[in-house]
Amino acid sequence: MSWSGHTLSHIAAASGPWLPSASTSAERVDSLLWFITVLSAFFFVLVVGTMVVFAVKYRRRTPGQKTANIHGNRTVEIVWAAIPAVLLVIIFARGFHDYMDMAVPPGDSIEVRVTGQKWFWSFTYPKLGINSNELVVPVDRPVKLTMSSMDVIHSFYVPAFRLKRDVLPNRYTVMWFNPNQTGTFDIFCAEYCGTGHSVMLGQIKVLSDVEYRKWVDSGGGMSGEGMSSVDFGKQLFTRQGCATCHSVDGSKKTGPSLVGRFGNVESLIGGGTVTVDDNYLRESIMNPGAKVVVGYEPVMPTYAGKLKEEQTNALIDYIKSLGAKP
Amino acid sequence: MSSIATDANAPLGEELAREAAHGSYLAEKGVLSWILTKDHKRIGVMYLGSILLFFMVGGLLALAVRLELLTAKGDLLSADAYNKAFTLHGAIMIFLFIIPSIPASIGNFFLPLMLGAKDVAFPKLNLASYHIYVVGAVILLYSIIAGTMDTGWTFYTPYSTQTGASVIAATFGVFVLGFSSIFTGLNFIVTVHKMRAPGLTWNRMPLFVWATYATAIIQVLATPVLAITLVLLIMERMLGIGIFDPARGGDPVLYQHFFWFYSHPAVYIMILPGFGIISELITVHARKNIFGYRAIALSSVAIAVIGFFVWGHHMFTSGQSQFAGVLFSFLTFAVAVPTAIKVFSWVATLYKGSISFNTPMIYALAFIVLFTIGGLTGVFLGAMSVDVHLHDTYFVVAHFHYVMMGGTVIAFLGGLHHWWPKMFGRMYSERWGKIAAALVFVGFNLTFFTQFLLGAQGMPRRYHEYLPRYALLHQLSTVGSQILGIGLFIVLIYLIHSLFKGQKAPANPWEAVSLEWQTASPPITHNFVVTPRVTSGPYDFPEIDSHTAKASEGG
Repeated sequence: MSWSGHTLSHIAAASGPWLPSASTSAERVDSLLWFITVLSAFFFVLVVGTMVVFAVKYRRRTPGQKTANIHGNRTVEIVWAAIPAVLLVIIFARGFHDYMDMAVPPGDSIEVRVTGQKWFWSFTYPKLGINSNELVVPVDRPVKLTMSSMDVIHSFYVPAFRLKRDVLPNRYTVMWFNPNQTGTFDIFCAEYCGTGHSVMLGQIKVLSDVEYRKWVDSGGGMSGEGMSSVDFGKQLFTRQGCATCHSVDGSKKTGPSLVGRFGNVESLIGGGTVTVDDNYLRESIMNPGAKVVVGYEPVMPTYAGKLKEEQTNALIDYIKSLGAKP
Repeated sequence: MSSIATDANAPLGEELAREAAHGSYLAEKGVLSWILTKDHKRIGVMYLGSILLFFMVGGLLALAVRLELLTAKGDLLSADAYNKAFTLHGAIMIFLFIIPSIPASIGNFFLPLMLGAKDVAFPKLNLASYHIYVVGAVILLYSIIAGTMDTGWTFYTPYSTQTGASVIAATFGVFVLGFSSIFTGLNFIVTVHKMRAPGLTWNRMPLFVWATYATAIIQVLATPVLAITLVLLIMERMLGIGIFDPARGGDPVLYQHFFWFYSHPAVYIMILPGFGIISELITVHARKNIFGYRAIALSSVAIAVIGFFVWGHHMFTSGQSQFAGVLFSFLTFAVAVPTAIKVFSWVATLYKGSISFNTPMIYALAFIVLFTIGGLTGVFLGAMSVDVHLHDTYFVVAHFHYVMMGGTVIAFLGGLHHWWPKMFGRMYSERWGKIAAALVFVGFNLTFFTQFLLGAQGMPRRYHEYLPRYALLHQLSTVGSQILGIGLFIVLIYLIHSLFKGQKAPANPWEAVSLEWQTASPPITHNFVVTPRVTSGPYDFPEIDSHTAKASEGG
């Protein structure tokens, strides 16, 4: 059945805004998914169709109409237990087989460490010395993710690859994939983790080999080479997850909007005020619980140890550039 | 036809008039006569009122959640308000509505009647069960509404041990509610073993009784595990012991194992009574014996047993061992077989029957359609590799709503209509019954079928806002929820109306054979004037043509 499943899934993928099937695992999952769909449709039509036929054919025409004296039929009952049982075993076996393949990463996989925390993802390439907030990988090569959480259980889900694995705070979980299409695909958090669960989005960028080389050589795009400090800060603002909680258009999110803040005097929880200057911004990034503006919860995570000096400078330059109140 | 061993010469009408003279169970007035009653029928009615009230509250919350999801942005509710709303929806629907639903209302009312008994084995325990339910409900509701419960009904750790929400109070409420369930289960098991009327052998019991019995076993065995799990959670929060919180040396996945060890069997508590009702509706309204009595009876027990060993299918992506996952997947498929047998048997029962399309039968047919979809989509989720994609997406949400709502709630509504004349002595409006059933069926499918597609496209669950590409399917789903809500609201209206203005019901409007119909509508307080003696089965309708060759006894 896998050839028809394969065909069907390609038809599905080609026909409009369906989910792309962008990895070897996605193809396997789609194939089994289609197999089950076809079988389900068949049995649904069989059961409901028979029900409708009987309902119409044996509707009561006269009161007191006679009915047949049937208690059961051993042969029928054995057959309709055996056939589903066999089909279910086949489905089980395929699911099990594919799952085990998905569980064992190839030896030559590119290794990436994934960290989940409320409410963003970050990625480290230990062998390349790169920290990034996007998962960037080359096409047609296996990638192994070793994942952990800084706080509660999250779940790393890439719909285009049909893959997810929970991300735990007390041990590592592992997932691997081999993307067979270039493009940018969504990463969702798939385990409820609080206020920002639905905005804990990420991106996985599958690049051609050449493009990937360029990205690696540029230090993972986190060095800000070739761009102004403000532009670098703007890039970091999105990639480091700041934009998840801080808008730049005045709208209130989990954290305050940062437009028109620099230079203001703000009231703090617990009394007192602070002037929003370079040092307050730096303190808010490194020790965010120290001085929290009234009207907000102290939920911002710290970036101490995560940002290099030039990255912190760029972020502060960007926030300053957001200027006066709208 | 089961015969009531009394004055054999008096026509049935006179007997029933004498029964009515003994006093309908509804006759005695006064609030105290209700809240201190030991009559299983009154307790069943009190439960019925409570669960319908909570169903409405949970339903309004669902409408609010779906309304927010009409647009991709989180503009109606804040993220925190939304998280509270879906938590409250789930907790109310599961703990206050669906777990008690059929057993506590229809089960309480009809189990003794179907057995020819005067009451359940322990009437005072039955009353205690109801009061414990009320206390648990108050605690749970107060803690969620007044507090900031936003963990989802599943209370996963470490979020639930770290969040500043009123988790202790809410879980304590659920803990108390569990005892209501355990006591009901215990009562029913003893009643079925010890209080059957003379001649009512196990193989002559209505299938609703078999189903309720299997459910009761699960209630008694599984609920204590939830109780202990919640106690551990409370202890962790209050005493700082590290059981689940890794910061204190605990394991968060252990919580999931404990939680799902109860919560998977719990879904069989939800569906098995529904299966029992369908067996009753199809036989009575097609005037035919059930096809495969033994298979249906024993499959309930098989489902109850196997159901204890599949909990890990909620955890394929959790980090549990792959070996454990394989066992869970295999057993999950195993439990599908007795379930499929039931569906085939019900359809086969229609063969050469005499089918009346009244509201109970319409709900029974709707059940077969909707539960088949729900069950088949369970197959997708039981396949390990496919589940990796579909877990924690809207596909799961659609699946469980198809089986719980398209299954249990539809069966419950069918049973409510079927037994309404017996419980209250009034007929509901057949015309409105059919109109509402149609609205419910259409609204339900529009709401939830779209969600299978959403999930397959990767839309995760418990999301307050979403990417614009999912908007159309969400909007269709929200429109569906409005139609569904209207249909259910109509049911509420005409049922309440029938209590005051409905046509008076005869003792046996459907001319059924089982014992509950061989007494007045509504029944007298002591159920039967004289204990019935049973000489034949519960589905031996007079229309069955005894001249046709009985097909080989298959089950």
